Amino acid sequence: MTGSARLSDLGGGSGRGRLAPLHLDWPLLFGLVLLCSIGLLVLYSAVGEDPERLRGQLLRLALAFALLIGVAQIPPAQLRRWSLALFAAGVAMLILVWLVGDTGKGAQRWLDLGVVRFQPSELLKLAVPMVLAWLFAQRPLPPTIPQLLVAAAIVLVPVVLIARQPDLGTALLVASAGGLVIFFAGLSWRAILLLGGLAAALAPLLWATMHDYQRQRVLTFLNPESDPLGAGYHIIQSQIAIGSGGLHGKGWLHGTQSHLEFLPERSTDFIFAVLGEEHGLVGILIVLAVYLFIVLRGLYIASQAQDTYGRLLAGGVTMIFFVYLFVNTGMVTGLLPVVGVPLPLISYGGTSMVTIMIGFGMVMGVHTHRKRLPV
Amino acid sequence: MALPSVQVRFKDRFAERRLVAGRLVVAGVVVVLALMALIAQLFHLQVADHAYYSTLSEDNRVRIEPLPPTRGLIYDANGVLLADNYPTHSLEMVLDKVDDPEATIAELAQILTIDEADRRRFERLRRQLRRYEGVPIRLRLNDEEIARFAVDAHRFPGVDVRAELVRYYPLAEHTAHVLGYVGRINEVEMRRIDASAYAGTHFIGKGGLEKAYEDLLHGRVGHRQVEVNARGRVQRVLTSQLPVPGRDLHLFLDIYLQQEAAAALGERRGALVAIDPRTGGVLALVSRPSFDPNLFVEGISQADYDALLGSLDQPLFNRAVRGQYPPGSTVKPFIGLGGLAAGVVTFRQEKWCPGHYSLPGHTHRFRDWKRGGHGRVNMERAIVESCDVYFYDLAHQLGIDRLHEALAGFGFGARTGIDVAGELGGLLPSRAWKRAARGQSWYPGETLILGIGQGYFLATPLQLAAATAALAARGEYRVPRVVRTTRAPADAVPEATLAAGHSIAQARARDWEDVIEAMANVIEGPAGTARQIRHPAYRIAGKTGTSQVFSLGQTQRYRAEEIEERLRDHALFVAFAPVAEPRIAVAVIVENGGGGGAVAAPVAAQVIDAYLSRPQVLEAAGGRYDR
Repeated sequence: MTGSARLSDLGGGSGRGRLAPLHLDWPLLFGLVLLCSIGLLVLYSAVGEDPERLRGQLLRLALAFALLIGVAQIPPAQLRRWSLALFAAGVAMLILVWLVGDTGKGAQRWLDLGVVRFQPSELLKLAVPMVLAWLFAQRPLPPTIPQLLVAAAIVLVPVVLIARQPDLGTALLVASAGGLVIFFAGLSWRAILLLGGLAAALAPLLWATMHDYQRQRVLTFLNPESDPLGAGYHIIQSQIAIGSGGLHGKGWLHGTQSHLEFLPERSTDFIFAVLGEEHGLVGILIVLAVYLFIVLRGLYIASQAQDTYGRLLAGGVTMIFFVYLFVNTGMVTGLLPVVGVPLPLISYGGTSMVTIMIGFGMVMGVHTHRKRLPV
Repeated sequence: MALPSVQVRFKDRFAERRLVAGRLVVAGVVVVLALMALIAQLFHLQVADHAYYSTLSEDNRVRIEPLPPTRGLIYDANGVLLADNYPTHSLEMVLDKVDDPEATIAELAQILTIDEADRRRFERLRRQLRRYEGVPIRLRLNDEEIARFAVDAHRFPGVDVRAELVRYYPLAEHTAHVLGYVGRINEVEMRRIDASAYAGTHFIGKGGLEKAYEDLLHGRVGHRQVEVNARGRVQRVLTSQLPVPGRDLHLFLDIYLQQEAAAALGERRGALVAIDPRTGGVLALVSRPSFDPNLFVEGISQADYDALLGSLDQPLFNRAVRGQYPPGSTVKPFIGLGGLAAGVVTFRQEKWCPGHYSLPGHTHRFRDWKRGGHGRVNMERAIVESCDVYFYDLAHQLGIDRLHEALAGFGFGARTGIDVAGELGGLLPSRAWKRAARGQSWYPGETLILGIGQGYFLATPLQLAAATAALAARGEYRVPRVVRTTRAPADAVPEATLAAGHSIAQARARDWEDVIEAMANVIEGPAGTARQIRHPAYRIAGKTGTSQVFSLGQTQRYRAEEIEERLRDHALFVAFAPVAEPRIAVAVIVENGGGGGAVAAPVAAQVIDAYLSRPQVLEAAGGRYDR
C-alpha cells in the first residue's frame, strides 16, 4: 500500500497545489519514446530514405503523442461514464459502414465523413475493453453468468461486423481485446477450457465462412512453398530477409531484400523483416526488450489500479498492444498466418498508432489519477 | 454500522484485486513465453539457417545475364562489306510475365502501330520460342516510338524494348546464295545447338557461308553478374566476362564480278561459278533469279514467303551448288583426257563420223547433233566441233569403269567440299551405282550417252567450274572455297583457310596442252562452237554444251520453236583464260537457253572480260556500299 502511495506521488498523482501537474507515467512514456525513435530509424530505411514519408510519420507521431498526453488528463471515472456511449457509437458506425461504407483496397472499412475517412473498427479496439470493464465493474468480481452472456454479445457483435468487411486482422484484435478483459475479470479456468474446446470444434465452421483469400492465407501459412510467386511470396521473402540478416544484420540502409524491393509491404506490415535484415538478431532483441518493458509496465500499472474498471481497462489495453506485436512478428517470421496487422508504433501509417497512443493515454490516466485509499 | 459494510467492501475489493492481479501475472507469463517462442523462431532463421537464407537472398539479388557476342562480318576480296550488323530496337514480350498477351497487344496497339503482319509474326514466333524468351511484337522501332512506349512502359510489365544487332546484307540479292542468311533459331536448331552458347542470341546461320562458318562467325557468349531489384531492373554490374566476337570472313569472292555475272545472266534462269584455278578460290557464285536475304533475318512474312516459294523460277533454289544438270558436251575435254591417259586413243588418231553410231551387233543408232556427220575427226576436231560420234566411240573403247574413274578424278559425282552449306554432289553413274539404285546391270549403250554428258550423268555448275579449273591448272584439282581468310578483331594476321585438293596424274603434260589447245580452238577455230566470244587481248579456252531436258524419239527432229520454253535444252559453257596462265575458270548454265555456244558462252565471256580487263592487283575498295 505504501509503495502505491509513493508511486502515485512520484507520478505526479493528484497532488493539489503542484504547478500544472501532468498526469503522465514517465517510465511508460520513456519506453514509448524510445520505441518510436528506433522505429523512425528503421522506417527511414524501409521507405527508401524518402524524407517526405519520414516527415509524414513524424507528424503523425506528434499528433499521437499529443493525444496520449491529452487522454492521460482524463480521470478514469470519466472514461467509465463514457464507455457505453462510445461503444454504442462505434457499433452504430460499423452498421453504417456496412450500409454505406467506402470500399478501400477491396474491403469495406472506411466511413467517409466528408473531411476525413475514418475506420470505425479502430474505435472498437478501445471501446470494447472499455465497455467490458464498465460492465464487470458493476458488480464484484468474478462475473456472473448473465454478465458473461452480455459480455459475449458485446464482443461478438462488433467482431462479426468487422470480420465481414472483411478485416480479419482487426476482428482478431477486437476479439482478443474482449477476450482478454473477460479473462482478467476472472472467467473461471473451467470455462476457459470449455470455450477453448468449443472453439476447436467450431474451427471447421469458421473455415466454411471464410473468404477464399482468407483461406488461402491459412493454407499458405501451413505451406508457403506451395505458392512461391503468389500468396507464399510474402512469407518466403520475409523469412529470407530476416534469415539473411543473421546475428548482426547487413547494416542500416544496406538490406538488399528491402532496398531492392523483394520484400513486399516493407514499410508497413513487414517492417519487422527490415529490422531483422539490417540489424540482425541483436537489433531485434533490443527492440523486443523495449516492447517487453512497455508491456510489463502496462501490466504493472493495471495491477496497481484502484478499482476494477481501471485494472481491466489498463490490462486490456496493454495486452492489445502485445497482441499487435505478436500477431505481426509471428506473421513476419512465419510462426502465424498472414494477417494484416502492423508492427505497433513502428509501421508506417497513423491509424493504429493513434489508437495505441490513446490507449496508453488511458493507461497513464488510470495510474496517475489514483487517490489515497481510506485505511 | 458503517464499519462492517466498509469491512465487507474492503474484503471484496481485496479479493477482486487479488483475482485480477493473479490474472495479470498469468498474462505477463504468457507474454514472456510468447516472446521466447518468437525468439526461438528468430534464432532458427537468423542463426541456425542463416547460411541458407543468405544464399537465397543473394540469388534474389544477383542475376547472371548473357552478353551475346557480335557476329563476325563478311568482306569480299576488295574489302567491300557483304554482311553487316546494325543496331535495332524491337519491342518484345516475355510470355512468362504476361497474363493475357492478346489484351496486352491490343493495348499496345493504341500507342504504337502494330499491323496484321506484326500480329501474325508474333503468333508464329510465340509457338517457336522458349517461354522465358522475348517474343518480338514490333521490329525496328524508331526513336519516337521508343519514347512513346517509354512513357507508358509501367503499364506493360513483361514488355520491353530490346536493343540488338541484326544482320544486314547491303548487296541483298547479289549475295543471297553465297552467304545464305541468318534467321531466328527454330526448334530443330534448338535441339542441335548448345543452348548456353546461344544465350542472348536469337540468330543462327541458315545457309551458305553463314551456316558453314557458324561456329567462327558466332563467337563466344560472355556473361555479367548484375544486381537486380524485384522488378528485374538492373541496379549495378557486379562482375562481367566479355563476349568474344565472332571472326570476320574475308572472301575470294569479288562482288564486282558477282554483280557482273548477275547482269550477264540478266532475267534468265541459270547459274555461274567462277574459280581462280591457282587457289581454288571462288571468285563468283551466282544463281539467278535470286532473292533479298534481308527479308528472312527477322522472320519473313507469309505473303513474301509464299511469293518466293510459289514462283516457277524458284528464286530460293541455289542452282550454283544444288542445281544438278546433265553436263552435256562440256565433259568432252575431260573424257578426251581420260582416253589419252588410258592409252585407248592418241590425240591425232582419226575416227569416221557418219552422223550416227551403233554398237557392234546392234541396230540402235546413236545420233550426232550434226545430221550429215563430221566425216574424219581426230580429238582436236571432235572437241572444237563437239562431235558426238567420236566420243560415243571413245566411251565405248574406255568402257564404263575407266570412264567413271576418269570423270571421278575431275570431281564429278561427289560433293566438291566447298565451304557453302547445302551443296549437292550430282550423279556420276557406275556399275555399282546402277546395281544399287536400279537393281540392274549396266548396259553398253548407257556408256555411250555418258560419253556426251547425258543419261544418268548429273553435275552442278560448281562441279563443272571446279573440273574446268583443274583442267586449267593442268591437272591440279583444288577444292573450291569462298573464304580466303578468317580474322578475329584482335588478330594482327588473318588466318588463311586450308587449301585441299589432289593431282589428276594419269595424263601426261603433253595431253593437257593438246586438249587445252583444242579448247582454245573452240573459240579461235573457224569451226569452233563459240567463235563469237573471241577476244583480241587474251586467249580463252572453252567448251560448249547443250543438255536435253526432254528426250527425243529416234526419228524426231528437234525444233526449238515448237517446244515450250521450259522444255528447251539447257545451254552450258565452261571456259578459262588466259590459256597459258589461267587466272579464271568459269562454268555457266542458262536453263532452257538453247545452244551453249550462242547463249552461255557470251555470259562467260562477259565475266572473264570483266575480271581480266581489271588491274590484276586487287586493291581494297575505298568506299563501302551505302545501305
